[in-house]
Amino acid sequence: MNQPNRLAGGQIDRSKQLTFRFDGKAYAGHQGDTLASALLANNVRLMGRSFKYHRPRGAFTAGSEEPNALVELRSGARREPNTRATIAELFDGLEAQSQNRWPSLAFDAMGINDLFAPFLTAGFYYKTFMWPKAFWEKVYEPIIRRAAGLGRLSMQPDPDAYDKGFLHCDLLIVGSGPAGLAAALTAGRAGARIILADEDFALGGRLNAETFSLGDSDGPHWVAATLAELEAMPNVRIMPRTTIIGAFDHGICGAVERVSDHLLAPLPGKPRQILWRIYAKRTLLCAGATERPIAFGNNDRPGILLAGALRAYVNRWAVTPGKTAAIFTNNDDGLRTASDLMAKGVAVAAIIDTRSQGTRIEGTNHMFGARIVDTKGRLGLESIVVRRSDGQMQTIACTTLGVSGGWNPNVHLTGHQRGRPVWNDAIASFVPGECPPGLTVAGAANGQMSTAAALEGGAQQALILLNDLGFAASRPELPQAEDAEFRLSPFWHVPSGKARAWLDLQNDVTVKDVKQAHQENFRSVEHLKRYTTMGMATDQGKTSNISALAIMAELSGQSIPQTGTTIYRPPYTPVSIGVMAGRSTDGHFRPTRLTPSHKWAQEQGASFVETGMWLRAQWFPRPGETHWRESVDREVLATRGSVGICDVTTLGKIDIQGSDAATFINRVYCNGFAKLAVGKARYGLMLREDGMVMDDGTTARLAETHFVMTTTTVNAVAVYRHLEFCRQCLWPDLDVQLISTTEAWAQYAVAGPNARKLLQKLVDPAFDISNDAFPFMGCGEITICGGLRARLFRISFSGELAFEIAVPTRYGDALIRQLMEAGKEFDVTPYGTEALGVMRIEKGHAAGNELNGTTTAHNLGMGRMVSQTKDSIGAVLSRREGLMREDALRLVGFRPLNNQDPLKAGAHFIAGTNPEAATHDEGYMTSVAYSPNLGHAIGLGFLKDGGNRLGETLRAVNPLGGDSVAVEVVSPHFIDPQGERLRG
Amino acid sequence: MAEHGLTPTPSLPDGSTGDSQFDGLTIALNDTPHMASLACRKGQEKAFAAAAKELFGSALPGPSGLVEGKEFSLFWTGPDQWFVETRLDKYEDIAAILKATFADTASITEQSGAWACFELTGSGALKLLERLCMVDFEKMPTGSAVRTVMEHLGVFVICRDAGSRYTILGARSSAGSLHHALVTAAASAL
Repeated sequence: MNQPNRLAGGQIDRSKQLTFRFDGKAYAGHQGDTLASALLANNVRLMGRSFKYHRPRGAFTAGSEEPNALVELRSGARREPNTRATIAELFDGLEAQSQNRWPSLAFDAMGINDLFAPFLTAGFYYKTFMWPKAFWEKVYEPIIRRAAGLGRLSMQPDPDAYDKGFLHCDLLIVGSGPAGLAAALTAGRAGARIILADEDFALGGRLNAETFSLGDSDGPHWVAATLAELEAMPNVRIMPRTTIIGAFDHGICGAVERVSDHLLAPLPGKPRQILWRIYAKRTLLCAGATERPIAFGNNDRPGILLAGALRAYVNRWAVTPGKTAAIFTNNDDGLRTASDLMAKGVAVAAIIDTRSQGTRIEGTNHMFGARIVDTKGRLGLESIVVRRSDGQMQTIACTTLGVSGGWNPNVHLTGHQRGRPVWNDAIASFVPGECPPGLTVAGAANGQMSTAAALEGGAQQALILLNDLGFAASRPELPQAEDAEFRLSPFWHVPSGKARAWLDLQNDVTVKDVKQAHQENFRSVEHLKRYTTMGMATDQGKTSNISALAIMAELSGQSIPQTGTTIYRPPYTPVSIGVMAGRSTDGHFRPTRLTPSHKWAQEQGASFVETGMWLRAQWFPRPGETHWRESVDREVLATRGSVGICDVTTLGKIDIQGSDAATFINRVYCNGFAKLAVGKARYGLMLREDGMVMDDGTTARLAETHFVMTTTTVNAVAVYRHLEFCRQCLWPDLDVQLISTTEAWAQYAVAGPNARKLLQKLVDPAFDISNDAFPFMGCGEITICGGLRARLFRISFSGELAFEIAVPTRYGDALIRQLMEAGKEFDVTPYGTEALGVMRIEKGHAAGNELNGTTTAHNLGMGRMVSQTKDSIGAVLSRREGLMREDALRLVGFRPLNNQDPLKAGAHFIAGTNPEAATHDEGYMTSVAYSPNLGHAIGLGFLKDGGNRLGETLRAVNPLGGDSVAVEVVSPHFIDPQGERLRG
Repeated sequence: MAEHGLTPTPSLPDGSTGDSQFDGLTIALNDTPHMASLACRKGQEKAFAAAAKELFGSALPGPSGLVEGKEFSLFWTGPDQWFVETRLDKYEDIAAILKATFADTASITEQSGAWACFELTGSGALKLLERLCMVDFEKMPTGSAVRTVMEHLGVFVICRDAGSRYTILGARSSAGSLHHALVTAAASAL
């Protein structure tokens, strides 16, 4: 496993040899390699096939902007498609597969697409697959998806864990090149809290890829010394492998840290990646610049790279993609690649310089005023065809080519809040315009293109920011560095004949496609993007957008800034969905709340249901019961027959105290509460400001200035928030204090004819709970079991003689066990939410289905509860004429004419033989249950003028399911309509 | 303490103390505080402050403040509102005891069983907390308390010793979820 293209030097650790596999074949590389550099070292230039035409492609860049070298990394459930080989850090045992090819990378049958290229031009899909319309989803789209595309998903659950976190700093520095490091030194020495983040695993940015001297040192050594100083500072947090993905509101940046992507698998308990939310007082963007290519015929062959990337491979990774190189450039920076290659012993056959004159590089054929018009080589570059300045064509053999069309500052984050970059003629590119608040830019990202300018820019910008933040800072001594003039003569593409000149390598968009879009009048940049798919997918056009704009400008006769740019949006580079979810997966997607009797209910084999975040026991199956209805029917009958117990802790409980507590409650409930006696509870109806019913519950007066309000389970938080709003904003003059006590008390409903007898066994003898001493709607503070403080409420949701008993939550488990033990002689039965629901429907009590936000007290048959003698929230608007109509919807009961028929909640009522149409809709069924007491289904629902239609027969229709049941309108009180039981 | 026959259960659903050891951090359930909320009634500020001084022997802490006394510790929870906690069993019925001192100058509500109480001890505490919550804990001083959100759950975080000793109070019903978040994040961070 020799590495034929490995050169001397570089920043790889040759003592650590790593083995890896690409398309099943084993290779060797070194610590410090990327997958791309290691493949190139092994003379593997062909790394993938293009998206649309399946053209052979290799690494084009040496960074996150890579459009071509996308691979599937790892195998099994960890297989990740579209991983950029240029930033995939090599590790021992790495496995990668090329993608979008069949049967193999070297022979790809789908390469036939390339022959059909004349048909597959811009807008091809839009024009071709228009007809018949029905074919799109079933026929065309699946075929297109199979033929085109990137990698395959594993279709298995992601085995890795992800995390998230929150960081704070005075200064976030994005990028650790010369500007970022100079800024970090300045701010670090001033004592500011800083975060220095870089997407690379090796900090230093371009300093790692260049051979410049910095003072009496070189780039990598200066980087190492600077990092050593920064690492020793407690106020500095250095985050390699961390990409700042977006600049959001209020100085917040998002960052993804790749914690374990350079390992075979994450260490136990460790996440693969972390999504950080960084709160920065100031952000300094030192993201550098991305080189752009020049478009020419067949400029996409493996072996053709950006010149700066080629230089990075040679200098940082000691690798050359080919033994003989050529350079195509319109600027001086491209010439550096030629010099560096030669210094490393790589032959440079020619420099094709689009400019007519300049400094000549010795030791090679530096051709001024020349163009590359075509290239040859089936699976990798073999030669280039050059049109010399004299018009003669010349073929030059070379296996790698570095192309430089200039450098584009990485302004992306500056545009995340819709700031537009501005054109700078000196570098023929966009530089930052208006930036998000708190974000400034330094270094190459700000158009400061020399090393010296970047160092100085970083330090100076840091000084300004530190001064803003009140830190005393001084400019650090910076090393002497190259300060070459940025000499470039804009040149975007070589007009070519038949050979296609590729602009966007990832989406297979050519110069001709852009011209065609223009011809077909897709002339706005945004339209161009959508029509040609230019700038989409994983690289978001980082190497192609500006060139496409230049060509657009050329076609329209406008300048490039007049042509405009598309909007930059987060994320800067692709982000896995897993890291967005963080720890919130599977059963821990959101927290759960458990009732005090949860453990006991689990022991009973209860089936649980989610209500909000709560898990509540739904029913308690007994041996022999095979269907949930058997359990529920038994629980209902046992409760009505003797006694049942249900955990009702989940109902919201709000402690309301203060000398004005009664006044306060009287204003938030529509019915009267001012005169509620101490030791009494009352049913309360709460309206929204618009007069609709918001919530209901009972409120008990424990003392003159002390009330406990209960709310429905789901509205507990909403009601509490509403009360706080009323207290703090509407009536701040009232002496009222609120606090939730839902969590503080475990509360059980004990219902049924034997409820009192059971409780008498637990309640301490000092407390008389007989009907006379503790009548219906009584409440009080008592003690039980020999001295434990408790609260007792004589309230009933089931319609039976019933109590609710509450003890401090930590005694909840003990209490349910005591109740069950004490209740043995009465065959006490625990019941769940289903039986609870059955019994409340049997009693005609409204619940969430009826209090659905669209109903009024009048609809619920409780219109007279809205007090006329006082003002309360919602009272006035509840009296609107339209809401008070005599024929408004009214809550009534329903029973099927045929006892065997089931009822469906959601069914709509249609009278007589009227058609099933909205115009004949007379209301809808809200709640249904099977009543084991009555032996048939029962329902509650809203019916127009329902109160006056008892006895009428209607159809309850379900147009979705296509069924219809004949029902009779009845009173909603199916059981004990006079309420004798609950007063017993 | 009353001699009733009921045994309290810990707040974690598995009944455990949830003790977990990580590199530089111990997470432990410490369920025993007796707690009550204390709110000053309108117009009673002077009498209220006097009663507080008498019972706690110190002035009431201001916003985000914590005062740890010999018997009671108090932290600020909102304008004119505090939480009082004690670990002395003689104050088991804490609401009644406070009421006896404050009478009608305060609204007092028992909170003892409402909260699961986790203690974080060790130099790794900050590394854990930065994974859980957006509060800038590095800047949180000893003797302060903050109400915030962790894993979608409302919590109080009390800083007893900056950098190394924190108490997290979360709703008892979701103690299991909060504990899971704590130990998962700790395994990840430490």
